[in-house]
Amino acid sequence: MSKQDTVLSVKDLEVQFNTRGGVVQAVRNVTFDLKRGEALAIVGESGSGKSVSAQTIMRLIPTPPGKIKTGSIVFNGQDILKMSEREMEAIRGKEIGMIFQDPMTSLNPTITIGNQITEVLIKHQKMSRQQAKDRAIEMLRLVGLPNPEQRYAQYPHEFSGGMRQRAMIAVSLACDPTLLIADEPTTALDVTIQAQILELMKDLQKRLGTSIIMITHDLGIVADMCDRVIVMYAGKVVEEGTKEEIFKNPKHPYTRGLLRSLPRLDQPKDEPLIPIDGTPPNMMHPPIGCAFCDRCGDAMKICAEQDAEITSHSETHASRCWLNHVV
Amino acid sequence: MSKSKSDALIQIDGLKKYFNVGGGTLKAVNDLSLSIRQGETLGVVGESGCGKSTAGRTILRLYEPTAGSVLFNGEDIYKMNGSKLKAARRNMQMVFQDPYASLNPRWSVESIIAEPFKLHNLAGSRKELRYKIEQLLDVVGLKPEHADRYPHEFSGGQRQRIGIARALAVDPSFIVCDEPISALDVSIQAQVVNLLKDLQRDKGLTYMFIAHDLAMVKHISDRVAVMYLGKMVELADAEELYADARHPYTQALLSSIPVPDPDVEAKKERIVLKGDIPSPVNPPSGCPFRTRCPAATERCASEVPELREVKPNHFAACHYA
Repeated sequence: MSKQDTVLSVKDLEVQFNTRGGVVQAVRNVTFDLKRGEALAIVGESGSGKSVSAQTIMRLIPTPPGKIKTGSIVFNGQDILKMSEREMEAIRGKEIGMIFQDPMTSLNPTITIGNQITEVLIKHQKMSRQQAKDRAIEMLRLVGLPNPEQRYAQYPHEFSGGMRQRAMIAVSLACDPTLLIADEPTTALDVTIQAQILELMKDLQKRLGTSIIMITHDLGIVADMCDRVIVMYAGKVVEEGTKEEIFKNPKHPYTRGLLRSLPRLDQPKDEPLIPIDGTPPNMMHPPIGCAFCDRCGDAMKICAEQDAEITSHSETHASRCWLNHVV
Repeated sequence: MSKSKSDALIQIDGLKKYFNVGGGTLKAVNDLSLSIRQGETLGVVGESGCGKSTAGRTILRLYEPTAGSVLFNGEDIYKMNGSKLKAARRNMQMVFQDPYASLNPRWSVESIIAEPFKLHNLAGSRKELRYKIEQLLDVVGLKPEHADRYPHEFSGGQRQRIGIARALAVDPSFIVCDEPISALDVSIQAQVVNLLKDLQRDKGLTYMFIAHDLAMVKHISDRVAVMYLGKMVELADAEELYADARHPYTQALLSSIPVPDPDVEAKKERIVLKGDIPSPVNPPSGCPFRTRCPAATERCASEVPELREVKPNHFAACHYA
């Protein structure tokens, strides 16, 4: 893989939060690359560090209480973590767009939808007001909102949930970002609306060549629209691979457990689901060994004592588990 | 399980629940009739605003109905009052969607589970009550010492177990589960669903299981009702519904769900509906689904399709089903 193909390179990232109860180690030693035009899924349960990782890429972590302990995030050849806030503002919204889970809280309720898009265009693209308006209406049409001229002058409360999410996508794509980070973009939406939004994102990715980081807990969405998958557990990447590798040949017991705990449509009714027993560890005191150890059916002595090293299974597929470790 | 009508634990007839809102009348549940059989799980699916939660709450008389009747063991719960209603309520419980909002944060788990015992004068001595509470915690997979803790000390899945223990306290025969797993992580959802199924087997419970996760609904339900804008548009055995959906809305709903299998997704021809769900305050004339239906005709705008038996035990409300 040549360097130009890599849009984003996250290396040894560690993020922690100081809380009254102690230090929460939200992201621990996360490393991954993202290629141009690629859709990468980050999956994991609540508290696994997937959203914090994404917010760190946008430098949206409030510091304090947050603290980026170590690591680098190289975006288009520049380390984001070394930039000043002013330099970062030039990238946020222009080079990197972000879609949040809840479209009601991420749009400003006191500004019209149109002005929320033109604001970005005037700031980043130095467009005139008229140019920005034309482009905003074009964007609203692109994301499939009917009557964009009329919608332009409306406020977020006049939009339904699905329409707001479309508007959010229009805002985040207005400047043709190289990278789009979508944090659970459809979790708050109904399934038929979710289908519309996913189709829209796939279509935009194809047409504009945007790279996407899709944060989700829905493995169905991953199977539908992502090329590669990162599985996070307790702040660490426990498995990484192409979509096919992860779904057909999962190597980490947590990934296998996740896939098994989902009901399949072809599953006989009397066959019980296979849950993952227990709950994730407390991230104020993460275990010394493998964090999944307590919930893992295949745990060995070493798993509790020492965290596993990364084993690679193919050029694209790797896992962090002692079971796969060969000396 | 026999399928005769006399087995119905709950018989819902012409149930309507309207709310007065600023712009007019919101017909949240608009003429719902169906029966829930002893020992079965009836799944209810639909998108937000389709009336599935309102239906569940109205069936338990947490809302007073606008019209219609609900017979529980042959008696209309809307005509009951006083002690009779209280006795019926013992038999009908609810598990709520949000385990963070449905438990009082200032109460210990013991007080939370003790409340239904006290309300129904079943508490007995303090020692007896404590014993019963510890038994219930054991049934839902928690530990006796958890009784002395407070909700914030538990994870979402554990909280949902507390909510289930509370619902089970007074030994009900019917439980409305309103999206009991939506707020939980995937790996925890299966734990709670297995618990609900085990309890049903051991105690002969009847469930109304409201959800929007269709794969999970299929897994847990014997029959599934699909709702759209306050109307039931399709009702069939779970297997049958997924194998041969007749209503265009059900078909679109089924095809909208991304399946966690890349091969299936690669081959799938997804029906992507256009537009949003219309406002239930101002529903379309005729068939409520016609504004988004890919197969709608003029007849759909003028004539309301009745729910009819399109195959034995398979009902759909579409002119062309």
